[in-house]
Amino acid sequence: MQTFTLPLALLQAGSSLLSLSSVDLAIIALYFVAVLGIGFYLKKYTKTGEDFFLAGREMTAWVAGLSFLAANLGSLELMGWAASAYQYGILAAHWYWIGAIPAMLFLAIVMIPFYYISKTHSVPGYLKLRFGEPARALSAVSFGFMTVLMSGINMFSMALVLKAILGWDMAVSIWVSSITVALYVGLGGLLSAIFNEVLQFVLIWLGALLVSIIGLIEAGGWNGMVNRIHANYPGQDFTHLWRSLGNFTDNPMGIHWVGIVFGLGVAISMGYWTTDFLVVQRVISAKDLRSAKMAPVIGAAFKMCVPFIVILPGLLGLAVLPKGWLVAENAVSAAHPHSYNEVLPIMLARYCGPGLLGLGVTALIAGFMSGMAGNVSAFATVWTYDIYRAVFRKQASDEHYVSVGRWCTILGVLASIGTAYLVMQFKSIMDYVQALFSFFIAPLFATVLLGMLWKRASSAGGFWGLLAGTASSIGLWAWVKADHSALRYVALSPAAKDMAENMFRALWSCIICAGVTVIVSLATKPKPERELVGLVYGCTDVPGEGHLPVYQRPLFWAGIVAAVFVAIQIIFW
Amino acid sequence: MHRPGMISIWFFIGALLLVYGILICGAGIYDLVSPPEHPTIELAGLHAGVWWGALLIVLGAIYTIKFAPGKGK
Repeated sequence: MQTFTLPLALLQAGSSLLSLSSVDLAIIALYFVAVLGIGFYLKKYTKTGEDFFLAGREMTAWVAGLSFLAANLGSLELMGWAASAYQYGILAAHWYWIGAIPAMLFLAIVMIPFYYISKTHSVPGYLKLRFGEPARALSAVSFGFMTVLMSGINMFSMALVLKAILGWDMAVSIWVSSITVALYVGLGGLLSAIFNEVLQFVLIWLGALLVSIIGLIEAGGWNGMVNRIHANYPGQDFTHLWRSLGNFTDNPMGIHWVGIVFGLGVAISMGYWTTDFLVVQRVISAKDLRSAKMAPVIGAAFKMCVPFIVILPGLLGLAVLPKGWLVAENAVSAAHPHSYNEVLPIMLARYCGPGLLGLGVTALIAGFMSGMAGNVSAFATVWTYDIYRAVFRKQASDEHYVSVGRWCTILGVLASIGTAYLVMQFKSIMDYVQALFSFFIAPLFATVLLGMLWKRASSAGGFWGLLAGTASSIGLWAWVKADHSALRYVALSPAAKDMAENMFRALWSCIICAGVTVIVSLATKPKPERELVGLVYGCTDVPGEGHLPVYQRPLFWAGIVAAVFVAIQIIFW
Repeated sequence: MHRPGMISIWFFIGALLLVYGILICGAGIYDLVSPPEHPTIELAGLHAGVWWGALLIVLGAIYTIKFAPGKGK
């Protein structure tokens, strides 16, 4: 789940924010050498389809878990949510906590057994097994389209950020990063993508963590920071998670707790973390079922900590930067040259000297590349298995599909570059992509969940439910675009803002998808139970974990993570 | 994952952190020995580069040694 408000503001930045020393440049150059070296090294271990598309299904829980999280932790995520924290305060942390943790734990405990036991290569592949070819085709085509679009926009955004903060040429940034990603994913497939994602995850943390540590020292610890924020912005609440969510008009996001809990916490978050193949692919590459279940739990534990390197720098900006120094995107001027969106690089420049600055910029580049590689590797898998093999060539050798996967990787990168240039010409595309993304994700969750938990769900029910959910989401979006007063029906309040509209639209599409799936299923013939073995609860023997010591059971660790999650909500209530 | 002969990802990470640590700690020590007349960063007196670089060296060395090729699993 990413924000796309960032680059448009950066377009207005006239000069670069940071200047790098030779040590910084050496650190960045070494990073490129390392990721390419890993790609070349792993090529010899990537021979079969399982190797290339699912990393041989040999990942440990730790590697799969960190990669699961890193594929989501792009730089737009880092910079966009730091900016949101500066704008909205700690409310932005909802996207890391209720907007992620319950869904990740749900994936681990409830859904992973079916993805894993069915031995599917992809989420559309699961839909094919459960609901048949039409549901797979709809899901695969929409996923492939969205993935390339997202990858291209990420690429464009990265180039824009590097131009704004470092003064680098956009075309050079796009081509250098794209060729690097194409090489290391094309050579080593998912194996290489995952290895590099783990490396990138470590670099992101080590590069960004220092900003929060030194910032807290400057602000006088957490309490000092809160006091400074209150002094800078009297009467405004930037440091509580839930208190101001009782009314749309009581908080700067213009959102209600119903939207946060059900729209974000259920529809969008569950949809993204449990059915977006970009992240699910990392988990089903695990070496066994226990590792596959542990991977999202490990990911959730780290995800809970990400606000420390993303949200906290934004809050520190509120505390230590002069009041009103950063302004909204549309208020940037000669007197106020910097927008909220630049808060992270500004904090980086505030605390990081030679070497550390290079590490921080490397963290941003690593974030961009991990997101891009995630998109490209997922695209290659879905295109090869769910479109090419299903439509164009059903019977071919494993070697042939690996070759197609490599070409798809290059094709995916080229299509992403094309999208990046398209966005350069038509920047309004970015306004629509966030909405486009939500069209497909929220209803997909209802389809997959009903497929896994309800034996009676029929093939026709799955397909028509998914189609109706997607169509209703598009319809609601178009309705509000055409008539803004429709917001009172879609988001339950005319005071709702964009975020709230997204949350409620996702919720409606999820409900409509589930409703249509149930109605059509009840009116049509279900699949025989023998065809549901390994796909649905009640028809599948999920291996128990009773023989394992308690501390080795995923459920135990999921319980620990859930308890910490609840404690955090209470602490920051 | 561990395939026969495959170098662990943690070794690559350790090696990169070790080199980064040396570069960052070196730059920090240089700043400590000959501080700039007008520091461009806040809290420059903390010399974050020195201790953060040292931390990277320690982490990098541990991972490089523990997961060095040929040490088995």
